[in-house]
Amino acid sequence: MASNNPISGNGAEKGTETLKRGLAQMLKGGVIMDVVTPEHARIAEEAGAVAVMALERVPADIRADGGVARMSDPALIQSIMDAVSIPVMAKCRIGHFVEAQILEAIGVDYIDESEVLTPADEQYHINKHDFNVPFVCGCRNLGEALRRIGEGAAMIRTKGEAGTGDVVEAVRHGRTVLGEIRRLQTMREDEMMTYAKEIGAPYALVKETAELGRMPVVNFAAGGIATPADAALMMQIGVDGVFVGSGIFKSGDPAHRAKAIVEATTHFNDPKIIAEVSRNLGEPMVGINVTSMDDAERIATRGW
Amino acid sequence: MANIGVLALQGAFIEHEKTLRSLGARAVEVRLPEQLAGLDALIIPGGESTTIGKLAVTFRLLEPLRDFAVHKPVWGTCAGMILLANDIGRDQPLIGVMDIKVDRNAFGRQVDSFETDLTVPELGAAPFHAVFIRAPLVTGVGEHAHVLARLDDGGIVAVRQGHWLATAFHPELTPDDRFHRYFLREVAGLPVLG
Repeated sequence: MASNNPISGNGAEKGTETLKRGLAQMLKGGVIMDVVTPEHARIAEEAGAVAVMALERVPADIRADGGVARMSDPALIQSIMDAVSIPVMAKCRIGHFVEAQILEAIGVDYIDESEVLTPADEQYHINKHDFNVPFVCGCRNLGEALRRIGEGAAMIRTKGEAGTGDVVEAVRHGRTVLGEIRRLQTMREDEMMTYAKEIGAPYALVKETAELGRMPVVNFAAGGIATPADAALMMQIGVDGVFVGSGIFKSGDPAHRAKAIVEATTHFNDPKIIAEVSRNLGEPMVGINVTSMDDAERIATRGW
Repeated sequence: MANIGVLALQGAFIEHEKTLRSLGARAVEVRLPEQLAGLDALIIPGGESTTIGKLAVTFRLLEPLRDFAVHKPVWGTCAGMILLANDIGRDQPLIGVMDIKVDRNAFGRQVDSFETDLTVPELGAAPFHAVFIRAPLVTGVGEHAHVLARLDDGGIVAVRQGHWLATAFHPELTPDDRFHRYFLREVAGLPVLG
């Protein structure tokens, strides 16, 4: 991509895996918040968000409104980029590589190829190696995560069930992925090819995950986190950070709750601090109990 | 064994801890003021400087960090460099001990992030491969600050001022541990393995 910024010297490389994965490393231990206006973005930054996700509607409203959910208006995303100094992410539909091209052209810092929007391709995800901008993708298990990394994702988030305020699916997916990695570490090398076949993941990435004892990219939790305790729960389960979507701006006192979730994510192992920041936060988002939902209403099953 | 604190409010602190342990130091995560006690030196990692600064204010760490820095060696990488600078041209909580002027996100957005080889005479003849992610740039240095590395266009990206070190890039993301060795041995006067 062209740049008007200071030249960085001869031999400078851009868009490398190290740079794409490296930005996610800088977000670790932090909270990424969904915002729908520049004003929301400023509240998120003031609360200590490490990045914002620029959207037209939070997942709870996408659910309520129905219809086709698409990439947000570039003018809205640009206005949010202009409002804050922290990284700005934006979502494109699964498989919609032209929406991704548009997001790269306007200069967003990370693209979320997201099941929260209506999928544009039911067979293929985007070949994310084609882009200089990094991608984050959702997963429910290790196989799905490693397929996305194989396609070039530089960051993973467990899907949870977006727009519900119910943390149960985030826990399920977080525990599934981290449990699979623990089991993988007990395998002999000659068992790994069969395991790679069973979970539908590239063998080289299975082997690398076993050697590292973790996924080769940063792994956040998403989908249903609504309280400081939810965020700390996901951190103690072992994710690197959290996305909070509807949970902040669908609550009674977004600025206060946002700050409390940031503080609980940093001090996730300190129950006294989590107790302190959880006081008097006002009404949480009302939420939807995931176990009472029809399968057709579930977002996490989109993507493959 | 040297006790090196790594500010662990947010960001890439685990990467620094791994390198420190490989060099025979004990790495201690710092999230609250009392955790600074008994440390020989401190590293402030990359992350989001606004987030780290706000958390430092909320948990009453900013003054203790300043007091620590007056007496003990401190190294800031990327966001850590921003927090050590005394002038960043905007209103944001800072430790502010180093006499340097720093411009945040000086190269642009993530698509402008880059990797390049730097000449760093203090580390020897071999170039140091440096990773710049939404990186800051030093736009001015006071008389006591000493420039360690520049980009080809002259931009200042590594500075030492007495027992303080600041780098705009991320030595914690690459296998070359010479900057960590330099900080421990030359800046902090501490033992290093190997």
